[in-house]
Amino acid sequence: MSVEAPSRLTPIGRVTPFRAQRIWEKNFIAYRRLWKVVFSGFFEPVFYLFAVGIGVGALVGDVPGPGGALVPYAAFVAPAMMAASAMNGAVIETTFNIFFKLKFQKVYEGVLTTPMQPSDIAIGEIGWALLRGVLYSTAFVVVMFAMGMTRSWLAFLAIPAATLVGFAFGAVGMAATTYMRSWQDFDLVTLVTMPLFLFSGTFYPLDVYPPFIQNVAKISPLYHGTELLRGFTLGIVDWSMLGHTGFLLVMGLVGAAVANRRLDGMLRK
Amino acid sequence: MTTLARSLRFAESEVIAYRRTWRGTVITSFVNPVLFLAAMGAGLGSLVDDGAGELGISYLAFVATGLLAASAMQNGAGDGSFPVMAGILWRKNFHGTITTPIGPAEIIYGRLIWGLARLTFVLVVFAVIAVAFGAIDLGPALLAIPPAVLTGLAFTTCITAWTLTQEDGRSLSTLFRFLIVPLFLFSGTFFPISQLPDYIEPIAYATPLFHGVELVRKITLPGADGSIVTGIPLWAHLVYLVAMLLIGLYLSIRLLDRRIRP
Amino acid sequence: MSENLVEARGLTKKFDDFVAVDAIDFDIKKGEAFGFLGPNGAGKTSTMKMITTVSPITDGKMTVFGLDPNTQGRAIRSRLGVVPQEDNLDLELTVAENLFIYGRYHDMKKSEINPRIDDLLDFAQLSERRDSRVEPLSGGMKRRLTIARALINDPDLIILDEPTTGLDPQARHLLWDRLYRLKRDGATLIITTHYMDEAEQLCDRLVVMDEGRIVAEGSPRQLIDEYAPREVIELRFQEGEKDGAALKLEGIANRSEILADRILLYTDDADTTQERLHNRGIHPEQVLVRRSTLEDVFLKLTGRRLID
Ligand SMILES: Nc1ncnc2c1ncn2[C@@H]1O[C@H](COP(=O)(O)OP(=O)(O)OP(=O)(O)O)[C@@H](O)[C@H]1O
Ligand SMILES: [Mg+2]
Repeated sequence: MSVEAPSRLTPIGRVTPFRAQRIWEKNFIAYRRLWKVVFSGFFEPVFYLFAVGIGVGALVGDVPGPGGALVPYAAFVAPAMMAASAMNGAVIETTFNIFFKLKFQKVYEGVLTTPMQPSDIAIGEIGWALLRGVLYSTAFVVVMFAMGMTRSWLAFLAIPAATLVGFAFGAVGMAATTYMRSWQDFDLVTLVTMPLFLFSGTFYPLDVYPPFIQNVAKISPLYHGTELLRGFTLGIVDWSMLGHTGFLLVMGLVGAAVANRRLDGMLRK
Repeated sequence: MTTLARSLRFAESEVIAYRRTWRGTVITSFVNPVLFLAAMGAGLGSLVDDGAGELGISYLAFVATGLLAASAMQNGAGDGSFPVMAGILWRKNFHGTITTPIGPAEIIYGRLIWGLARLTFVLVVFAVIAVAFGAIDLGPALLAIPPAVLTGLAFTTCITAWTLTQEDGRSLSTLFRFLIVPLFLFSGTFFPISQLPDYIEPIAYATPLFHGVELVRKITLPGADGSIVTGIPLWAHLVYLVAMLLIGLYLSIRLLDRRIRP
Repeated sequence: MSENLVEARGLTKKFDDFVAVDAIDFDIKKGEAFGFLGPNGAGKTSTMKMITTVSPITDGKMTVFGLDPNTQGRAIRSRLGVVPQEDNLDLELTVAENLFIYGRYHDMKKSEINPRIDDLLDFAQLSERRDSRVEPLSGGMKRRLTIARALINDPDLIILDEPTTGLDPQARHLLWDRLYRLKRDGATLIITTHYMDEAEQLCDRLVVMDEGRIVAEGSPRQLIDEYAPREVIELRFQEGEKDGAALKLEGIANRSEILADRILLYTDDADTTQERLHNRGIHPEQVLVRRSTLEDVFLKLTGRRLID
């Protein structure tokens, strides 16, 4: 009894398996008008860079970088700012923005009545957050060169590294969002990201802490991101960076898997 | 009912709404100061205090006093922006309110009363934590609260007025990005203004947060010298902030009236 | 012509222990307009969502276009147009962009989409608002845009969950006309509605759902013939007299129904019934005689306080 209805525009054959890029297309259309917002997002880390690098830097002087060699404070803090801004960008996009679309606009409910499916949305939105991240990271590295905070060409490797940080946090952020019930739950997001931002070796080497706290801080994903980026921008590369990369990669993949499963259950009730 | 009674009624409605969201705000108002003081004051302080610059006081004391004023600004600005946009656009509770005997002016006064209460609470918590960290002494810390609250409320009224001229919520994040964050960073909170390039310094002196920070430091750090505070008299800071609060208040009332009774 | 686009047997939807759709059977034929009627919470939307493949089936079997919703959801959805009960337009996009991106979700080419956008905006009477953001549109405009969006891929099966809620009478009639033409051109329609006139106008066949079950099935005319006698007399009384009158209705009509504000008498012969009223000394303030409608069927089947 199967029916061969002549479908004029979208024959079944046209159903491609992967269409997460459609989500990018949608976001691109929406953000075309919002380019100012995107553009302005770049200023915040730069402000921080100026304030902490130049202002506080003058108070601090040189600090020991990876491997123990003394580096100017600004050069020490800049990569950490870059990692933190990759984290924040990804987290904001995949928590606040996604939650709004999920709960209030119910945009995705509509999307799912088309051939799109939950995994397209998960992959598309995380990917979009990364795409924006690449934009910011590139600008960041350029500013660092301009301000003399890095001299190593390895600094450009910090761009994919920051993207990895964004992936790890974006995926986990998206997974977390599927557990959120109301806006109040988002206080928890700040409650997690704020300590990460402050205690991941961002503003000073971990060895100002007692050994016990140092070990706790090393669990922080942002610590691994910061160390990775700092190695690249200071031009000091060693094997430990493989470990940092692995940590972030696993975190991202686990987050993405959870997000994908949970989103499916949430959207297809 | 008098204006005051009606304003209090409106403040009451905000309290009722707040009862549903208080948990998160209370956590942030306790946890954030602890984290910031530990990370910036104690952690970074250990580098600064044996670093290149000289402050004459501990970096912890410097940052704690700066942050007291800065968090007054952040809370005050937050109070003047998102809830106001919600009132006219998202929750639309202001529209509902003016169909009762409560008018636009009383909405603004009511929010100010509520803001005063909340700000005082948040800042007392901050001051007590700073005292616990050994950054400042209790007596001066409590003395510094009224001027810090004044700083916060001056931001509340001015930003309320600005918010009332905005079409949608997007511009609010721009405001924070281009005004509040730079003020937070460059008004002497984390490093003395004298370290800024000479051509930026005068701009920093003109910012409201600078006056709040100066007031707090002059009260809490009697030993601070010229490298930390300026010679500007206390009353000048006060006049600046009070004027800002009143101008903001006047404009908010005018603008709210025009916005919800077009 | 008797091909079935949708076939459901024992279709069941549970939310935890709560049974929203309770083992229903129905077939929807190609080219017909099929209605789901029922009070709030009857399970209409739950059924629509299962047909749309966005809600997994708890139990029973269903095929759409002969395909399995569990495994061939994408293929099914590529041939559907869906108007959800609640608008879920993308508020960040303009009117035209909302249509455009749905075309893209359906993998249509830009050159295919653009001419359709013009047509659909024309249909939805939104051509002038083409580049306006969605947010400031009126409720009815948003509804029309949602309907236009569902048609972007020229669907074979169009699922409309309360399509005309919030539309003004002009827009409703325009939509009925348009749906009628879509059907004439070969589309199959599934419609849920609370408006009985809408169901009578549009539906070739319909089912009445109540508490997750199908309680009646047929064409509008069949249902009226079967469940509602030819005529209805509506009686209104002066304050306090209704209850007294209600006691004297025994055997006066085929069926009577006592509502909060009036009494309804269902009868095949209104004249005789009115005569009996007079004889029994019942003097309503106001008497209205009308033909019975699907609304009467609906009220009977889904239960108000009934006295047979
Ligand atoms: N996601 C859900 N979780 C739990 N219960 C649900 C969910 N969705 C629907 N229900 C319940 O299932 C029942 C049927 O709901 P449904 O939306 O299908 O009704 P409906 O016939 O469309 O009603 P209406 O005319 O009000 O739109 C209701 O009791 C509803 O509360
Ligand atoms: Mg429904």
